[in-house]
Amino acid sequence: MPGILTPGRVRFALALALVLLLEALCRFGIINRFAMIPPSEILWDLGGILVGGTMWPAIAKTLTNVAIACVSAIVTGVILGTLIHRWRGLRETLDPLFAAYYAIPVYAFYPLFIVIFGLGDVPQVLIGFMLGLVAVIVNTLNGLDRVPRALAKTARIHRLGPVATALHIALPFAAPYIFTGVKLAVAYSFIGVIGAELIMSRTGLGYEIGFAYNNFDNAVMYPLIVLVLAIAGSVNTVFFVWEKKMLARRRR
Amino acid sequence: MSALRAAILIAAIMAAWQLLFWWAGETALTSPHETIVYTLQLLASPAFYPHLAETGQAFVVALGIAISCGILIGFSLGLYRFAAEVGEPVLVALYSIPKITLYPIVLLAFGIGMPAKIAFGAIHGIVPVAIFALSAVRNLNPVYAKAARVMRMPAAQIASHVLLPAAVPEIFTGIRIGFSLTLIGTLLGEMFASQRGLGYLLIQAIGLHNVRVIMALTLLLVVIAVSASALLLAVDRRLRGTAAGV
Repeated sequence: MPGILTPGRVRFALALALVLLLEALCRFGIINRFAMIPPSEILWDLGGILVGGTMWPAIAKTLTNVAIACVSAIVTGVILGTLIHRWRGLRETLDPLFAAYYAIPVYAFYPLFIVIFGLGDVPQVLIGFMLGLVAVIVNTLNGLDRVPRALAKTARIHRLGPVATALHIALPFAAPYIFTGVKLAVAYSFIGVIGAELIMSRTGLGYEIGFAYNNFDNAVMYPLIVLVLAIAGSVNTVFFVWEKKMLARRRR
Repeated sequence: MSALRAAILIAAIMAAWQLLFWWAGETALTSPHETIVYTLQLLASPAFYPHLAETGQAFVVALGIAISCGILIGFSLGLYRFAAEVGEPVLVALYSIPKITLYPIVLLAFGIGMPAKIAFGAIHGIVPVAIFALSAVRNLNPVYAKAARVMRMPAAQIASHVLLPAAVPEIFTGIRIGFSLTLIGTLLGEMFASQRGLGYLLIQAIGLHNVRVIMALTLLLVVIAVSASALLLAVDRRLRGTAAGV
């Protein structure tokens, strides 16, 4: 029994059943064509869009902005996290801010960024960066808290400076915890950049989805939504699997 | 001591804001003093009140749906090991996709207005509540359920009288996170799918480049969100404290 019914297969079968149900509902006209087109047509149209090549600039723009937002959030977050960890007073002052941070609707700052930086790429990247940053800082702090005292003492015996200690001992030890922050930063930069593009922008996948929606162009809108979900989903899954492998290696 | 630290933090944020104002100028943002005065004026004006009430109403309904459905989903998956193994990766994937891209589908399904806003808020909040409820049920000490079964409690009663109370602290953490996400979702819904509410005022102010309104609304939202989150965090710590003390 457990040979056939693995969780992965059941998940796949459920997803397939859902898609087939949607297909049937659309084909038999229970879901109106103006509301949704059948999944098979969505895939077919998506293929057409990708082969046609008109969307590649938008795809490249969005992915570049997501990558910039994500990488800068991770680098800045690890550096800030390491610095904040050294100063107790600063950390205790900032802790309430970190705790309340994700309750703040970051998109509310988007208009402000547009006014300050203009309607280019900067406001979108900044939103993605702001969403990811604090997740990385908090998880870096969490990891550094768990560095055993023996390791810190060893570093002192070897007369490592604060930078060398952080780079060679503390951060490598904290890596699995920091990775949780990295995973969140990846997901949040997608959410931030694409959300900002939808609210107001001139290029990118989010913009194209909004544009197609406003023109009732379901043959473009649904394929693009599926594309965004597929890209974000597979990138997140890659990080999820990578983390599992890393943790498995550590446990050995 | 913590009050002093909070005061230092707020003072630092105000100072940074004032510096940014001097640097970026009046076309970009308003000064802290001016923003606070204008926010108070907005709150006193009768034309503003219906928007606040509309957002509040949509948010409360959305949060109710997110919490009840989230707990239901989390519980029904968490009670069965296999269901949890099948369902958890799906929930995690749903948590990390940009749900904002689904707004055209929500609008096509619900039309413009209250139901679309509520649906948009609820789909943002439901996933974290479900994830935390699932892990809460799965991490319960098996002795509780065994003891209840030995005393021949009916299954429904075990769920409501034993498992739910034991899982409350962790579920509450999920509710705290779901609270913030539902608020964001409701506001986003209003930005696209509404003629009323704070989100609508915000998107309208962006279009008109009305910096005073943008700043005042941002301040108002941040104050509401941060104070609600601080309150929930305090309850959260208290619940966890009592659970650990037992």
